[in-house]
Amino acid sequence: MSEPSTGAVISGIGQSDVGRRLGRSGLSLTVQAVLGALADAGLGRTDIDGLSTWPGGSGPAPGFSGVGVWDVKDALGLDLEWFSGGSETAGQLGAIVNAVAVVRAGLATHVLCFRTVWESTAQTAARRASVIGTGGGRVEGAHQWMVPFGAVSATNWAGLLATRHFYEFGTTREQVAGLATTLRANAALNPKAVLRDPISVEDYLDARMISEPLCLFDCDIPVDGSTAVIVSAADAAGDFAATPVSIEAMGSALHGRPYWDQCADLTSMAAHDASDALWRNTTLTASDVDIAQLYDGFSILTLIWLEALGLCGKGEAGPFVAGGSRIALTGELPLNTGGGQLSAGRLHGFGHLHEACVQLRGTGSDRQVPGNPEVAVVAAGGGYLGGALLLTQHR
Amino acid sequence: MPEATAPLPALDPGNIPFWTGGGRGELLICRCGSCRRWLHPPVPVCRFCLSTEVTPKPSSGRGRVLTYTINRQAWLPSLPPPYVIAVIGLDDDPDLRVTSRLVDVEPEGVSIGMRVRVRFEEAGDVWLPLFTPEWDHR
Repeated sequence: MSEPSTGAVISGIGQSDVGRRLGRSGLSLTVQAVLGALADAGLGRTDIDGLSTWPGGSGPAPGFSGVGVWDVKDALGLDLEWFSGGSETAGQLGAIVNAVAVVRAGLATHVLCFRTVWESTAQTAARRASVIGTGGGRVEGAHQWMVPFGAVSATNWAGLLATRHFYEFGTTREQVAGLATTLRANAALNPKAVLRDPISVEDYLDARMISEPLCLFDCDIPVDGSTAVIVSAADAAGDFAATPVSIEAMGSALHGRPYWDQCADLTSMAAHDASDALWRNTTLTASDVDIAQLYDGFSILTLIWLEALGLCGKGEAGPFVAGGSRIALTGELPLNTGGGQLSAGRLHGFGHLHEACVQLRGTGSDRQVPGNPEVAVVAAGGGYLGGALLLTQHR
Repeated sequence: MPEATAPLPALDPGNIPFWTGGGRGELLICRCGSCRRWLHPPVPVCRFCLSTEVTPKPSSGRGRVLTYTINRQAWLPSLPPPYVIAVIGLDDDPDLRVTSRLVDVEPEGVSIGMRVRVRFEEAGDVWLPLFTPEWDHR
């Protein structure tokens, strides 16, 4: 392949320190990630003419954002031709979709994209990470249809999908344990992962319940960290220090209703619309995928992404992940090779994007998937948020 | 005024019927006057036929559990676990659903398909439409 069908590549990647209670500001983490991405790409700050982020400078819970385009533009003295930050996109990767569209439209050549979380440091006893409405005050918008009934955490919303999936397809906790234990094993090989001690199927089955059938090990872990990637025009690729990664295709469709509880099929999400669109936008197929980096804010979301993308059949994700052999680093479809959000930490979709690039470049060190993976699918979001990218080695 | 168990909705012109109809014992849901479909959350236009002849109407308040989750984590001091959150398909329309909390039932006794009916709980200036098993169903 000469040029990706989107006309855009990822020319550089960077990631800050990742950890629990690092005690640093969101902006400090972001600057570290951005400077890393610039150095990786061999670009200077005057080359950057676009800036894109999710969810913008504010969020519904402590540390969910706190860093928007204004902060980063000013801190780095960027001269921007285009910029955008917001949460009303095709999931977290909507920031990448926007950047690619802008590069293709010729509005910018090198768009710096970032996602920063500092939930671990920002949360307090009274205000927990990713719990809606605990800061006092009234709830507005879509949250009002969940929060007043005690459904204050996305764990509750995902739990509703999980119960229905278990009911319709006979999915079991024993099967899902294969996902949690495999990702923990991957995390053990990732020096940046926050949870690296192995867990057994028994550990998983004994874990305390959060919102049935989801237990502690079905939920990702809030961390502090920032990830930055630079989306560049493919025809500028000769200029880069590192081997770029091609953005072969994107899926950003939303056909179903934008609510966790209003999808026509309660085991489907925006993921299905985004996935269908992804495959319409490329000649590659699900059988070409070498590795998958699929959103795991909750284990059930990964199962649903596997099905949505056609990496297994509808309702078959439970048996697919059971035992973990298919999804291990040496399996037929290595999944969340850095440990995912369940074990490496909630970098909110951008961690998966970063890991896909690492693997396609062959720089995964101890966790590098053998056999030179050439095609990676990255997907992020749950409920009404969903976006997918198909990445390939650049030639 | 009874205290809220969880953060309450901010009332606005669009959502007041849904959140306050319980004061008269009514679960008010938007209904299209043209194609007769029920619409939730509240909207000023019908997504099926684009008619703007949409007004809040009393629904049956009866339906079936489509899915649920037993929350075991203490998120809110005012609402100790366990409690059951459920998506309820209301009888009035095949696509009409509300998410709510089930009451008057042991969590372990809840199942998909279970018949439920609305039971309002006053909280602050709203009436929460909670749901309870419809034990006398035939």
